[in-house]
Amino acid sequence: MKEYEKTGVLSLKDLRLPNEKQLEKGVAIIECVQHIPCNPCVDACPFDAISMKDINDLPVVDFDKCVGCGQCISVCPGLAIFVVKHIMDGKALISIPYEFLPVPSVNDKVEALDREGRFVDTVVVKKVVKKGKTWVVTVLANVEDAMNIRNIRV
Amino acid sequence: MRIQNHPIIDFKQKKKITFYFNRRKLEGFEGDSIASALYANGVKVFTKSLRYDNPRGFFCGIGKCASCLMRVNGIPNVRTCIAPLKENIKVETQEKLPALSSAEFNKQHKKTLTVDLLVVGAGPAGMCSSIEAARQGASVLLVDENMDVGGQLIKQTHKFFGSKQERAGTRGIEIAEELKKEIKKLQEQKKINLMVNSTVIGYYEGEKGKHRFGVVKRKGYSSIFYEVVCRAVVFSCGAMENMLLFPGNDLPGVYGAGAVQTLMNVYGVKPGNRVLMVGAGNVGLIVSYQLLQAGVQVDRVVEAAPVIGGYHVHAAKLRRCGVPIYTSYSVKEVYGRNCVEGAVVVKLDENWNPIEGTEEKIKCDTVCLAVGLTPSTRLLSQAGVEMEFIPEAGGYVALHNRFMETTVDNIYVAGDSSGIEEASTAMIEGKIAGVAASLKLGYNQNAKKLLKQYLEELDRLRSGPFGEKPRIAKEKITKFLEKKT
Repeated sequence: MKEYEKTGVLSLKDLRLPNEKQLEKGVAIIECVQHIPCNPCVDACPFDAISMKDINDLPVVDFDKCVGCGQCISVCPGLAIFVVKHIMDGKALISIPYEFLPVPSVNDKVEALDREGRFVDTVVVKKVVKKGKTWVVTVLANVEDAMNIRNIRV
Repeated sequence: MRIQNHPIIDFKQKKKITFYFNRRKLEGFEGDSIASALYANGVKVFTKSLRYDNPRGFFCGIGKCASCLMRVNGIPNVRTCIAPLKENIKVETQEKLPALSSAEFNKQHKKTLTVDLLVVGAGPAGMCSSIEAARQGASVLLVDENMDVGGQLIKQTHKFFGSKQERAGTRGIEIAEELKKEIKKLQEQKKINLMVNSTVIGYYEGEKGKHRFGVVKRKGYSSIFYEVVCRAVVFSCGAMENMLLFPGNDLPGVYGAGAVQTLMNVYGVKPGNRVLMVGAGNVGLIVSYQLLQAGVQVDRVVEAAPVIGGYHVHAAKLRRCGVPIYTSYSVKEVYGRNCVEGAVVVKLDENWNPIEGTEEKIKCDTVCLAVGLTPSTRLLSQAGVEMEFIPEAGGYVALHNRFMETTVDNIYVAGDSSGIEEASTAMIEGKIAGVAASLKLGYNQNAKKLLKQYLEELDRLRSGPFGEKPRIAKEKITKFLEKKT
């Protein structure tokens, strides 16, 4: 039995992670670890960077092809896709799917939360895009928190 | 109690409606059911138990149980959860067994409708069946108990899994709208006759090669009786929420997940302020998330099994909002004077027995049960099809072949009433039943090719680890069927 099957919380060991160079370019992190019959992320990628042989397979991101455009974030029915981009000065941009009210505005300060909903840091909103009824909110955070921040509280 | 703002659903301002409840003047909105209007006014006690006079609220919220029966304009036993709210109606609670109606029944002669295909239930399976059969050329009568078509789809605010063919990434509510539009188009072309607020009440003896049903259409709060004569029928009657045994399970505030979803996502009424969710299958996880979106707190999710049954991605969505999930935990009791005031949860050992001393008291005003569903199959059983108890299907189901035909000629089944599964597979089963039934009646617009395509889609959706349970259920059904024939 995997720990996340009991807790609903992934650890980084459950994920395939990109290297530093790929992170500097910006890449999609797909936190989809179970064989669910689902593939909209594959169709959504304009760069053919997400592949899947059978619909029940796990999506595999080609971190070299992926440019971190984030087209896949809002189509994922499981809201399981995040884009992480390392930028200068020890900072990172994290794009998160968001389906709650109120929706933050650019330059707002919001609380960044981890996979268990625990407070990590206060971060600044850099971008808010609405696609369908899912918002994609990009926040600026410390690079060491980039793989832990997975939600925001406005 | 009304939801003002919602991230996904646009609750439009609607016309106010005045009505009376036990002589009290109350207000609701156009589009409300009687139950949702009462709930929004703070009424939680709908009935009393026959033996102990315990107060009871509604439970299923979708017209399947008897917890919300009231007298409306003198007519007893109205299911207030699916009865539309109308101006100036008089709603009264019933004391024990209801008095015989003093209202005048419609003195009309029965009307007869003759069609190729009767479809019972306009949820995802029934809508798809009707659309496919009408496209094949069959004349279709689609009957549903609710005010509108859509079944449970109209409350699924989350995006569906699957591939393009199954409209993956689209929300259930949007799929419902698309199907509704298609049905409307086919109605205008006189290919589908739609009867809402109508119940198929029984199967009657008909002439050879025909099936005969009684249908009651509710007009106002009285009824018109129809006789329906059809050559084939698809039963897509859905399922009923399961109850769990614990002290206090009949207190108002203990609701099925479907009822909670209906109240908040269809009528825009909050079920409470703080919820204990029982069951971490997909339904429990999804409804918990939807409660958060509606601005309701979720204290925690308890799950008796040692692992989370639903998709990890749904669990992850909840966890990152700070909602804990307790596996190997169950609800021991629910307490409160007239309504739920709190609950006691307890840890279970590996044999699912409560461990003494691990009890924990929780403050909540709502306990939501998401502990599985049972297929609605009474009509099928009455029509004489062979039934078997299949645990993986959720209970008694009609034996059926892969074209969804039962052991009685031209009687088909689709969706949850053929075995509990997902809306995406229900839609494909509905398509298969609609095309197969039409083909057998002599309509053939590329029917064989369509059937092949739909059967392949269904196999693909069930081929993963999460398709194991329905796969086993369908295998068992096939084995029983082989034995019988």
